[in-house]
Amino acid sequence: MLPKFSTLVLSASVIGFSVGFASAEQITFVSQGGAYQEAQTKAILDPVAALLGITINQDSAPDAWPVIKTQTATGKPVWDVVDTPTQDCIRGGQQDMIEKLDFSKIPNAQKMPAQYKSPYSVAYEFYSSVLAYNKDKFGDNPPKSWADFWDVKKFPGTRALRNHPLATLEAALLADGVPADKLYPLDVDRAFKKLQEIKPYITVWWTSGAQSAQLLADREVDMEMAWNGRVTAVAKEGIPVSYTFNQGFLQYTSLCILKGAPNLDTAVKFVNAAMTPDIQANFPAYIDYGPGNPEAYKTGKITPERAAEMPSSPENAAKQVLVSDEWWSSKAGEDAQKRWASFIQQ
Amino acid sequence: MTISIASPSDSHERSEQRLMLLLLAPALLVVGALLIVPLGWLAWQSIWQDGGFTIVNYQRFLTDSVYWMTFLQTFRIAFVVTLATVLLGYPVAYVAAGLPQRWSMIVLALVLLPFWTSVLVRAYAWLILLQRTGIVNSALKSAGLIDSPLLLVNNEFGTVLATIHILLPFMVLPLYATMKKIPQELVMAGSSLGGSPLHVFLRVFLPLSLPGMIAGMVLVFVLTLGFYITPELLGGGRTYMVSMLVSRNIQVYNEWGAASSISVVLMICVFLVFKLASLLIPFERIIGTR
Repeated sequence: MLPKFSTLVLSASVIGFSVGFASAEQITFVSQGGAYQEAQTKAILDPVAALLGITINQDSAPDAWPVIKTQTATGKPVWDVVDTPTQDCIRGGQQDMIEKLDFSKIPNAQKMPAQYKSPYSVAYEFYSSVLAYNKDKFGDNPPKSWADFWDVKKFPGTRALRNHPLATLEAALLADGVPADKLYPLDVDRAFKKLQEIKPYITVWWTSGAQSAQLLADREVDMEMAWNGRVTAVAKEGIPVSYTFNQGFLQYTSLCILKGAPNLDTAVKFVNAAMTPDIQANFPAYIDYGPGNPEAYKTGKITPERAAEMPSSPENAAKQVLVSDEWWSSKAGEDAQKRWASFIQQ
Repeated sequence: MTISIASPSDSHERSEQRLMLLLLAPALLVVGALLIVPLGWLAWQSIWQDGGFTIVNYQRFLTDSVYWMTFLQTFRIAFVVTLATVLLGYPVAYVAAGLPQRWSMIVLALVLLPFWTSVLVRAYAWLILLQRTGIVNSALKSAGLIDSPLLLVNNEFGTVLATIHILLPFMVLPLYATMKKIPQELVMAGSSLGGSPLHVFLRVFLPLSLPGMIAGMVLVFVLTLGFYITPELLGGGRTYMVSMLVSRNIQVYNEWGAASSISVVLMICVFLVFKLASLLIPFERIIGTR
């Protein structure tokens, strides 16, 4: 991947010079690496670099949070813009590690729904925690809701959940009959009580997306909560798996800027350009994750068929619950996370 | 004549020592910068938080059940793994040491080959072997021995099994080295004095091989205490070891102080294990410098 990045940097700077920027501006952009970062390089970063005539240096960190913390603690961060779970941006902002965004300089985000934005972040890319299952196992009557997931009599089989309370507690509450619009603030006690019910039937508590995919591909589990992109990747290999967006948990990663970023002005320009509906509409062409800016669906670039597969398309979004990053970065959310470890161990 | 030769060789020796020190300096610097300084910083971080001293990170060991339960589980796994590697490794080392040179090399190569394979690869190999649709379960099923697949992996069993496999060489190699040095004459003398093979083994061979066994046990025990990838991949999320507690505290909870204190306590545990073992055999034998 490295040579590819350097060619990108090179080509981007060539464009920069050819357009006539004597001292080409640059930023360092960080995402989560792997196929996802490769896809967004083509979908977003290359077009933005061309549009602004800037150089985009890339770095990747599967988990950026500890690095953000260390970099900002020194007061001289190396990174500028990070694509990271929104929670990191919000709690980072509260801890003075993330810059407050000046939305007057980000007009492309103007029409985005208020819940897609925070003072520190703007939704960049959507994915979804969905209920995935083995088609062979369940035939015409697959599990369709979290209540079904919890129903071990009607749907016998092995199960897996993510080894993390985010979306898992929400699923437990939906299974327990809490209406989707009344989830937040989460009733943590009730959620853990419901999880205790299903715990003996959980074969694996997975910790990485790759692991969740492998569990499905190897038929180690018959149903699990997994990220939609991982499931479609497994399905493309010809393995009979499917999923439902019904009661899925819509999550998004956001763009945010490190406090004291070395190229603050360019970073803000970058964020605005990355949110351009036309550029955002490139996401579905390269990966099964949806654009953060809903305006992208109006550009005509995304076919209706493709939109139906996108977690953030208006139709699919309506079936799902938008995970509240605000709640998860609150004190109650952090406490719930800490409680998770003892729940798993007991 | 002898004096005139000795004095230039003396100064030669001194200059050689100086050169050695000079050559060692980069290594010492690296050890200092990459080991001593970070370890000190780590320990410091666990007691210094928000501009003041604190013991809160160590208090958790008494109040938070997750902490001591994780340590308990880790030590239990380390104990089981150590015991199993002794039981499995001893016969292998015994056979290897008793065979003619060429054959013992082949046995050792069989021990070392997996040792050179990445831990990650071996963890996945075990996953493929042991999972529900894995080779072991399908073989048992087609043989009619089981109806529903056995839960062999994604639990503590799978973790322990893979850990044993990964750490077995650390038991076999010191055992083999020690056994190789036991003079055959002693065993023969024991037999010629009328000892039955079992008797000779128990009274002569076994006691003489003990230092190698203890060295192997200490190595395996200490290495298991720090295992991370194997329980992470094969533990199904339930097998929770100390290293995972450290990573979780940093990645999820962002509690650097807590993570540091756990590391410090784990390190102290490791030192204690070494200390205990050094009461039995010299430390140099454990780490294999002698």
